[in-house]
Formats: sequence, C-alpha cells, structure tokens
Amino acid sequence: MSQTTRPPRDALAVRPPAPARDVGARARSISRLKRRLTPYGFLTPTGVLLVILMITPIVMVVTYSLLDGVITNQNPAFVGFDNYVEVLTNPVFFTAVRNTLVFTISSVVVHFAIGLGFALMLNSPLLGNRTKGLFRVLYILPWLFTVAIVAVLWRLLLNPNGVVNYLLGAFGVTDGQTEWLASTSTALAAVTFINIWSGYPFFMISLLAGLQGIPRELYEAARVDGAGAWSQFLHVTIPQLRPIIISMALLDFIWTTQQFALIWMTTGGGPITSTEMLSTFTYKLAFTRYDFSLASASAVLVLLMSMVLAFFYVRHQKSRD
Amino acid sequence: MTVLATPAAVSGRPAQRTPPKHTGKKVALVAALVLGACFSALPVLWMLSSSFKRNSEIFEFPPRLITPGFSFDAYTTILTDPVKLRFFLNSYVVALSVTVLSLVVAVLAAYAFSRYEFWGKKTINIVVVTVQAVPPITLLIPYFGLMVTLRLYNTYQGLILTYMVFTLPYAIIMMTGYFNTLPRELDEAVKVDGAGPMTALWRILIPISVPGLVSVGVYTFMIAWNEFLFALTLTRTEDMRTVPIGIQLLMGQHSYEWNEMMAMSILGCIPVLLLFLFFQRYFIGGMTAGAVKL
Repeated sequence: MSQTTRPPRDALAVRPPAPARDVGARARSISRLKRRLTPYGFLTPTGVLLVILMITPIVMVVTYSLLDGVITNQNPAFVGFDNYVEVLTNPVFFTAVRNTLVFTISSVVVHFAIGLGFALMLNSPLLGNRTKGLFRVLYILPWLFTVAIVAVLWRLLLNPNGVVNYLLGAFGVTDGQTEWLASTSTALAAVTFINIWSGYPFFMISLLAGLQGIPRELYEAARVDGAGAWSQFLHVTIPQLRPIIISMALLDFIWTTQQFALIWMTTGGGPITSTEMLSTFTYKLAFTRYDFSLASASAVLVLLMSMVLAFFYVRHQKSRD
Repeated sequence: MTVLATPAAVSGRPAQRTPPKHTGKKVALVAALVLGACFSALPVLWMLSSSFKRNSEIFEFPPRLITPGFSFDAYTTILTDPVKLRFFLNSYVVALSVTVLSLVVAVLAAYAFSRYEFWGKKTINIVVVTVQAVPPITLLIPYFGLMVTLRLYNTYQGLILTYMVFTLPYAIIMMTGYFNTLPRELDEAVKVDGAGPMTALWRILIPISVPGLVSVGVYTFMIAWNEFLFALTLTRTEDMRTVPIGIQLLMGQHSYEWNEMMAMSILGCIPVLLLFLFFQRYFIGGMTAGAVKL
C-alpha cells in the first residue's frame, strides 16, 4: 500500500480542505475499496486450496455416486439413486454401520472414563509436581505413536503366541490360546481395545487442563456447604467440565467413526465381516472391487452422517461463545 | 492459554506438603497411578524390548524382557537399507513442507479473520470449522482421479497439498484464536505510521505469536507424519512411500521380521517424541486449545 492512497490519520473525523476535495474523496474511496478487498486477499490461498481440494472432490464424489461405472468406464451412464439403493440393500453395509457404532460408542465412553480417571489422579493435590510430570508423560505415551505403529505393536502383543496370552494364561484368566484378532468372536472387542489404548490421552489432557481451570473457591464453597468428596465431584467438577466433555465426545465420535488405518492394519475388516467398518467397507468397494460408483455412494452416505455430527458440534461450540 | 499451559509448569511451583494423615490415601493413589502406567507404558516397553531381540526370540516361552540375543542388529538393518531410509526422507520432506506451508497460509487467513470485518466472514468461518469433519474416506475416491488429472499422483506435491487440506482448518482456527488475544492497537500503531497490513503482520504479530506458531506447527507436523490412508492411495512406487506405509510394507512380507518392525516403529516415533519432550508446553497447549476453543 503506497503513501498516497493512505487516508489521513483522522479521515473519519475531519473534512478534507476544500480545494483538494475531489482528489481526497477519490483517494479515500480507493483506499476504502482496498481495505475492503484486503481480507479476501489474505484468504485467497486458503480459498483456492479448499475449493480445489475440498469442494471440488465433494462435488465429484456426489456426481460419481449418481453414475454407473465411473473411472473404469469411458462413458458412465446416469443411474440416479440406483447406487444408493444397492449400497443400502447390501447387508454388509449394515454390519459395517453396526460395527462402526459399537466400535465408536465403546471407544468414546471408555476414552472418557479412563481420561477422566487419569486426569483426576494427575490433578490430585497429594502428589508432588515431579511425580505428576513423570506420570503425565507415561500416560501420554500411547498418543505419540502413529496408528500404523500402534497396529503393528498390538499385533505383536495380541499374537496367539504373544505376551498378552502368556500373561492371561499364567494368571489363569484364559487358557492362553485366544486368537484375539483372528476370531470372529473377539476381533471387534480387540480392535476396540486397541483404539481405546491409543486414544484416551487426548481426552485426558483436555480434561486435565479443564480441571486446572476450575476456580478453587467453588470447591471451598462446596466444602463450607458440607459437601463431601463425591458430592463435590458431582456438583462442581462435572458441571464445570461439561462443555469440554461434550466437545471432546463429539470430536472423538467424529474421528473414531472415520478410523481406517487401525482396522486396515490389524484385521482388514475381517475375519469375515466381524470388524468391517464404514471406512473399510467403502475402501474395499473402491480399491478391491474397483466399483467406484458404489464406493462413491457409500462415501456420500458416510459424509452425510459426519455432517449431522458436525452440525451438532458447530451448534455446541456456538452456544459456548 | 495460561490455563492450558499450567499442566506443564512442572518446575514452576513448589511441591505441596501433605499432612501425615493423608499417607494411606497417598499410597492408594500411587498404586493406582502405577497400575495406570502399566496399561499405558508396558506395551511401549515391550516394543522397545522386542526391537533388541533376535526374530527367533520374539515369541519365546516364557517371554523375557531382555534376551541373550540382545543386539542393535534390527536398527542396523533398517538404517543401512536405502529403501527404508528413503521412507524416512520422504516422511521428513512431506511433514516439514506441510508444516511450513500450512503455517504461512493459515497465518494469512487467521489475520483476515482476526483483524477484519468482511462480507461472508461468518459463512467462511463455518465452512472452515465444518471441513474438519469431512471423512477422509469420502475425499479419497475423487482425490485419486483428481491427483492423476493434476499430474500430482505419486509426487511429494500431491501428498503435501492433500495434508494441507487436513491441517489448515485447525491451524487457521488456532491462529485466529491466538491473534484475537493480541491487542489490535499493536498493529494499528504500525499502520498509522504508514505501513501496510503485511508489515503489521510480519513485523509485529508474527514475532509475538511464536508460542502459538509452535503449537500449531507441532500439531501439523504430527498429522502429516502420521497420515496413512492417503499416503497409501496417492503414492505407488517404493521411492515415494512414507514411514507408516513402510511399516505396513514390512508387515506384508512373507516372514514377519518383528524385531525390524519394532525397530522401525521406534525410529518412526522419534521425531514426534522429541517434539513432545522439547515442546511439551506448547504441545499440550495446542492439543487442548484445539479441542477446547475450536
């Protein structure tokens, strides 16, 4: 921006001197225009990227879902909602919906329970700060590993000859022969457990920050009113953490329903369809069966479900402001 | 930010004294903490231990933490294999580029959101927030075609641009929040002296936003370093694969080299671990602010 187009320091308050009136007015209107356009300039890189790599693909996937034989076929035919009908009448789709819900709801609930438990322990006034620091690092550890690593690690631990079976056998809990990830009766529970292990620290850290933000006076006031530890927890801690809990739960819910890598690298959705999720189901339609039209229909359905969740999330965030 | 940063202020406060009547409670608490640590950290210890074993000792019965075959062989194998070193190089190139580019683009956008009122601001804001919830699997199918059309399939640029789409919304929201905490008078003062908004941004806001930039940068790096689905689909040749895919490829081979997989996993988490140890404060700040303020 050059010196000449800059408005006088007090442009709004003082009339420009009469002789220069025209020039001043023009300069001001140009500068106002510039100032109006500046924010859009700053937003251009973001806008270009989001239009090309977010809006365009969404339009593309919706279009794909209404055609037959996209990508593989030169001239795909318009088939309306046929692909959706086919996906929605596929029993595996509903297995995937059910598995995704079981996986997600269990994960979110237990993430919350463990996260809150650990956060409360780490926030205890009985502990020295060094102890707290050490355990905080230990508790965050699982979160520092990428999903690919988490998957390989737990494949090692849950191997039929692995250390988990050894320990369970040694303590007489099981016979020590369980094929955790290869048996239809345990695979879903096993992947859910792995996801719980890798995801709780995110909850824990936010809740810990939340706990430290609760004013001490609230607890003191509760104590004066004769509230015990449990009553303080119910009537001070939980209500104070409520907004964080709701945000975290919604975010976790959105992310967990989208989990792909963990499932793909541990069970691949199997055995049979016992751990098939919406993400693996869609992926397989596209990259195993090469039916990109059906996969697109499934992907759009997944998008719609996520947008419903996002709607609640945005509404919740707005109500907090 | 102050509230969020407190958990890391370890050495800042003196340890609290506990009256003796709490000893019983304290013992129970420490016991519970240790039990929790077993759940969170023992698997990681086992990963470390397995990376030093011979592959024949991985499933020995009964299992031992340290075996007679203890060695660094698995690490040597990986660090002398040019194919695997390439995975690491690729991951670093992609993750660092995504971090730098996301920060630049996000700072510009955040400046507009924080300092200007303009038509469509609310709508764009909602789009940025909502975009975070778009499932990667939905984008994957069109991306495949799109990247081929744009000639970005199996390139660094393709992966970098893709990851930016996932990191930008978070980075913009975080930086907007950060800029909002800085008084407007700071940049207005520079502008009154005749400087444009760019000068105000680079000379004034950026230098005092370093903590926010570090938080966002660390988080962005992690997302890019860890991403799996798009790295799997948008690259084809071995020389373009990243570390997570490299680990998966090790798993796909006929005989499982568990010790090598564990060594590769340890090597693969080192950057994130170092970032965490050095920037714990920012790290936690970024993590929580994202969730709390989004």
